[in-house]
Amino acid sequence: MNKLTLAAAITTAALSGWAPAHAAEPVIGLVTKTETNPFFVKMKEGASAEAKAKGAKLLSGAGKADGDNAGQVAAMENMIAAGAKTILITPNDSKAIIPAIKKAQDKGVMVIALDSPTDPASATDALFATDNYQAGVLIGQYAKAAMAGKTVKIATLDLLPGHPVGAQRHNGFLQGFGLKSFDAKINELAKPAEVVCMADSFGDRAKGQTAMENCLQKNPDINLVYTINEPAAAGAYNALQKAGKEKGVMIVSVDGGCDGIKDVEAGKIAATSQQYPLKMASMGVAAGIEYAATGKKVSGYTDTGVMLISAKPVAGVDSKDTKVGAELCWGKK
Amino acid sequence: MKGRLPPIGQLGPFIALVIACTAFGLTTDRFFSGENFSLILQQVTVVGVIAIGQTLIVLTAGIDLSCGMIMALGSIVMTKLAADYGLPAPLAILAGVGVTATFGLLNGLLVTRIKLPPFIVTLGTFNIAFAITQLYSGAQTVTEVPPMMNWLGGTFALGGTNITYGTVLMIVLYLVVWFGLRETGAGRHVYAVGNNPEATRLVGIPPERVLLGVYVLAGVFYGIASLLSVARTGVGDPNAGQTENLDAITAVVLGGTSLFGGRGLILGSLVGAIVVGVLRNGLTLMGVSSVYQVLVTGILVIVAVTVDQMSRKGAR
Repeated sequence: MNKLTLAAAITTAALSGWAPAHAAEPVIGLVTKTETNPFFVKMKEGASAEAKAKGAKLLSGAGKADGDNAGQVAAMENMIAAGAKTILITPNDSKAIIPAIKKAQDKGVMVIALDSPTDPASATDALFATDNYQAGVLIGQYAKAAMAGKTVKIATLDLLPGHPVGAQRHNGFLQGFGLKSFDAKINELAKPAEVVCMADSFGDRAKGQTAMENCLQKNPDINLVYTINEPAAAGAYNALQKAGKEKGVMIVSVDGGCDGIKDVEAGKIAATSQQYPLKMASMGVAAGIEYAATGKKVSGYTDTGVMLISAKPVAGVDSKDTKVGAELCWGKK
Repeated sequence: MKGRLPPIGQLGPFIALVIACTAFGLTTDRFFSGENFSLILQQVTVVGVIAIGQTLIVLTAGIDLSCGMIMALGSIVMTKLAADYGLPAPLAILAGVGVTATFGLLNGLLVTRIKLPPFIVTLGTFNIAFAITQLYSGAQTVTEVPPMMNWLGGTFALGGTNITYGTVLMIVLYLVVWFGLRETGAGRHVYAVGNNPEATRLVGIPPERVLLGVYVLAGVFYGIASLLSVARTGVGDPNAGQTENLDAITAVVLGGTSLFGGRGLILGSLVGAIVVGVLRNGLTLMGVSSVYQVLVTGILVIVAVTVDQMSRKGAR
């Protein structure tokens, strides 16, 4: 309950600060999953920079925690009331958000999903996102090549039960590694015999550390760790270091955030699939301005790209070094 | 005067712990080791120390929803002061604890002076502390942490098992508070205020002063938890603490402290926190999904409150 109250409070506080928009200035709303995840903070920065440059007004809001749908619905409604004609949203709940999207579209609002699709994806006008399955495949292929010839014992530090992005990255990783896995449509975590421990990290550093510690208790011989994102990877590294095992264990991750790239450079993370939230956001804002000016909507899926970043390239797998990674981290350019 | 706690309420958490440990010991061969138990204790230090403050407040028939957020704010303040302004670690730590104690004072003043219900006060400060944490940190993790702040995460060997200093600190704090509640006048006043504030006023103890003291003291414990959190993860994390309020209340309730105030044992909260840690650890070792940990915890909370309710009726 307190989560919802907080989300509502934040939304109200955020929205009350805005004066009514000038008629000429297109209003665009951005609803992220949370206010706290650096990924979405970056996304918001990208959107407001683009909006400022092009003379649009950006409203932003968020759910309180991963999974908070009601907070996102309230944020959307408030933005439409404030005159937004385009809503950019990273849905917390791929199905539950759809009625609210439908209502917005009925009022002539264009809705674009960023980062993660709705289910079905056709519920929004367009989707600008990373292919999360492909992000998993890339680090899976990297790990396979880097661990060639060794028997692997894998721990997966996943997101939370039932989250499609968590399943796509997890299954993509196993697919890329050449293990038995599900395809991108299945919202269930594959568990081949090589995976000796699966635990939820909630994408959080402290919880990732706890999950890794418990996995090491279960199987001290773990030598490959897949993590849902870089905060979880940092927690896993901390756990490995405390157990004196950081040298013999490879960690792979997804996101390519600026802190994550530093961890790749420091050798804590072997490889990460970099994605570009800032690009998603600025493309979304550009589409919103276009819609306000011409009434033309964007449609379909645009892959904003994913690139493998590693400090130690392996033969047969394309990757960029951390210098490139740091330049592009979360779409600086 | 009736006993502070009926035997069943006192034994309940220990029984749950023994049952859980036995079950995991029988199903996984890695559960029973000094190393694994040391690990479980490390994992519960932050919630465990927060639960000390929470227990004191619950004993006065209050509740604190803001504890985890205050803890997160404290850890951001201490790490940022050290990293960005080069403040020496001891001063930065003191400043962090000062901030958490101030938040405790704010809670206490709102409860005692304006007579707002603790639930509402701390719901408000929960949001305020969260927002300040995000604004002050810019939602960025503080990674440049001076080594001294990580000291509590360091270990020493005891009979071949590595134990963190943070674990020892948690246990020492529990023993000190246990002694204080049991053997000092101030401790007995805490129980008295929770049992019947009017009666305490009639015998000359101002309940407001006791309450204010309890909230400030709880803030100090949250500050110590801030340091433990920094020591454990090695960073100042603005996203920490979001579920710690309910986790701490869970530990307190599992520990047999009555939410109606006036009855409970501080050591029960430690056991309550450990029970949750044991479930998380044991179920991971068994390879069971974390959803079941949530399920079992929920059932245990209901059982614990039922036991409290029934023993309360029995005592009348």
